[in-house]
Amino acid sequence: MNAGLMAKIRKIATFMEETRNEMGRTIDPPTRRAAAVAVIENPYAGKYVEDLSLLMVIGEELGELLTTRAVAALGIPASSVESYGKAAAVGEDGEIEHAAAILHPKLGAPVRRVLGKGAALIPSSKKCGGMGVLLDVPLGHKDAAFVRSHFDGMEVRINDAPRANEIVVVVAVTNSGRPLARVGGLTKDQIKGEDGLR
Amino acid sequence: MHEVRVRKRVTVVEEIFHEGGPVSSVPLKRAALLAVIHNPFAGAYVAEIAGFMDDLKPLGLEMARTLVAALGGDPKIVEAYGKGAIVGAAGELEHGALWHVPGGYGMREILGGAKAIVASTKKVGGPGTRLDVPITHINASYVRSHFDSMEVGLADAPRADEILLALVMTTGPRVHARVGGLRAAEIQGEDGLR
Repeated sequence: MNAGLMAKIRKIATFMEETRNEMGRTIDPPTRRAAAVAVIENPYAGKYVEDLSLLMVIGEELGELLTTRAVAALGIPASSVESYGKAAAVGEDGEIEHAAAILHPKLGAPVRRVLGKGAALIPSSKKCGGMGVLLDVPLGHKDAAFVRSHFDGMEVRINDAPRANEIVVVVAVTNSGRPLARVGGLTKDQIKGEDGLR
Repeated sequence: MHEVRVRKRVTVVEEIFHEGGPVSSVPLKRAALLAVIHNPFAGAYVAEIAGFMDDLKPLGLEMARTLVAALGGDPKIVEAYGKGAIVGAAGELEHGALWHVPGGYGMREILGGAKAIVASTKKVGGPGTRLDVPITHINASYVRSHFDSMEVGLADAPRADEILLALVMTTGPRVHARVGGLRAAEIQGEDGLR
């Protein structure tokens, strides 16, 4: 599992949730959200380190690994993924900036490479916390951030992570927007897909 | 037209001085305003709900105003924002989506024309449910130093027929921001992205 990777991975978990009925109404086809989660060792735990470049490389590795896993869990072609998000939780011997170093500089490029597109910003969240801390992964349409039907979020939790010297990293993908979207705004068939917004 | 019935409001202000590194001369502030309202659509599927977005606009404005006051009263110190919603057990996820327009509208009004999309998330959950509200720069979504989030929640909300609405604002970058990318000083500020 760790062969050739800088990331020291303790475990990987994949979640796939499928909503078949919401508020008494059948959802057909069901909406699916999937999240792939890696629990890794924090190389900078316990001390303040100025240069965080190793975590940026680890972010790049996890971008590819987790997106591939999450898409596989969705069970659809990567090109059919509609929305995405990412998040990280840092154990108590780390700082919030460690999450930023994983998520922001390099993780996005391999996500987009796996999906084949992704003009929009990848929505994200981050926190420091103990084992079992909850992460809400924000979700937005991958090609147009203003598609209102796809504004969403997925809750992820690993009961035994992060330990003090660990980081939990999540990539989430979906096959659709909310199950019963009906609050107007930009719809996916109106996407121009040029600026990542509309 | 539905009445907006607020059961309670809670303001949370965090002041962050350091996180293991150099102590900041000006602490970062993150503030959240939470309002617990009655969900007029709880308990049954209602097809037409979008009108409630207009009903919520005054509340969005008032919450944004209160939040700025909690940060000292000057809207100019607000550099990043986010919003979220937790829908109680008798509601559906889509009821949380009703907060996008009024929550964003309220903050833009009070902050004087912020250009970037307001980051957001939502979920359905019981009392005590926590929500990580994502945070991004008010004028340029790609400002890397301002990507952040704030965990919020209340022990006694949302009840089954309630929605917990959240607005969040911060006064600057993460306290030890140092992972490169677009900086606030480099914002062109035309497209809301860079």
